[in-house]
Amino acid sequence: MDLESIVKALNLKVRSGEDKLKAEIRGGYTGDLLSDVMANSKEGDVWITRQVHQNIVAVASLKEHAGIILVHGNEPAKDTLEKAVKGGVPIMVSDLPGFEVIGRLYALMSKTG
Amino acid sequence: MTLHEIRKLLDAEVLIGEDQLDMEVKTAFVADLMSDVLAFATAGSLLITGLTNPQVVRTADVLDIAAIIMGRGKRPSQETFQLAEEVNIPILTTKYILFEIAGRLYAKGIRGCIEKVGSK
Amino acid sequence: MGGNFDNAGEVSSNIKTVLKQIGLPKDVIRKAALVAYESEINIVSYARKGMIRLRVVPESIMIEAIDEGQGIPDIEQAMQPGFSTANQKIREMGFGAGMGLCNIKSFSDVFHISSEVGKGTHLRMIIRASSAVLNS
Ligand SMILES: Nc1ncnc2c1ncn2[C@@H]1O[C@H](COP(=O)(O)OP(=O)(O)OP(=O)(O)O)[C@@H](O)[C@H]1O
Ligand SMILES: [Mg+2]
Repeated sequence: MDLESIVKALNLKVRSGEDKLKAEIRGGYTGDLLSDVMANSKEGDVWITRQVHQNIVAVASLKEHAGIILVHGNEPAKDTLEKAVKGGVPIMVSDLPGFEVIGRLYALMSKTG
Repeated sequence: MTLHEIRKLLDAEVLIGEDQLDMEVKTAFVADLMSDVLAFATAGSLLITGLTNPQVVRTADVLDIAAIIMGRGKRPSQETFQLAEEVNIPILTTKYILFEIAGRLYAKGIRGCIEKVGSK
Repeated sequence: MGGNFDNAGEVSSNIKTVLKQIGLPKDVIRKAALVAYESEINIVSYARKGMIRLRVVPESIMIEAIDEGQGIPDIEQAMQPGFSTANQKIREMGFGAGMGLCNIKSFSDVFHISSEVGKGTHLRMIIRASSAVLNS
């Protein structure tokens, strides 16, 4: 499954990395503590968080995440967005709380396997 | 869903609240930031978090959270454990990551807390 | 209580207990406890010492958080969601999202903040018992 189908299914707003939406998603990770995400997330994960700080872009590119979904309608901070655009890291935004985003994503991913 | 069923679903260990496993929950909130929990989580919900410090229990107590689920195999610190015993909030711990926990619970019909609590 | 995280939240728990004994509606107690808790965490995080004062009259609860400490240089900025100067230690505890003051404001019916750099900060909140009853 790729990011594009998630964007459609969950009605996400894409804020950066529009050209990277074909990326294949291998799993999901959720967490708001950067050190935890650095340590435990995996390559190809889509990262679900409410952190909007610019450091999320560095974490996502270091860990080679497929993309970042910001929940609860949180928008990326200005310098976060600049970095994400420059680094080609997809940031998507949902109005839903994390639990709902994960639940729907998880259902989609287990359907397509 | 009861805490009983949740324990089974998540292969979780009940650290506190063995006597409260019949409790029914319908909603959940997943976060590592307590101010987010405070802003959004509704009374009677599950709190799914990767944190283990006493503030997790304080936050849960302030909000009348039903139970705390700690993911990634995390266990509460001694202080956290004592405090949770004192205020009588169940703590479950499971080796699954938060994504897996939320995904499984959602599939069983648990839903997110959507309304903002403070909004008037 | 500034700087000491060990018992952070205890004051708010006590407030909750007292309000329960008075027999106020659950929703009102939750709001009051939440407002007190965010204030308490801010004092522990950013001030040298401080106190939380609780006053209950039949129709409302008044909570004041008064501290001696660094104060807030720009209140408007501090009130913005997401603004935070929290250090690593605070973040590891799950705070520092820059939401605390916004939460306090949105959960109170009346909210006042004043602060002087190098002296301290004073928050005053009122939660009406009646409005909350209608809400619940
Ligand atoms: N009592 C205080 N004394 C000095 N500075 C304060 C005080 N309270 C808040 N501040 C300043 O205002 C900022 C915003 O506070 P706020 O409570 O909204 O967010 P936070 O404490 O950073 O994070 P959160 O409360 O979401 O965990 C703080 O980072 C700090 O710089
Ligand atoms: Mg705060």
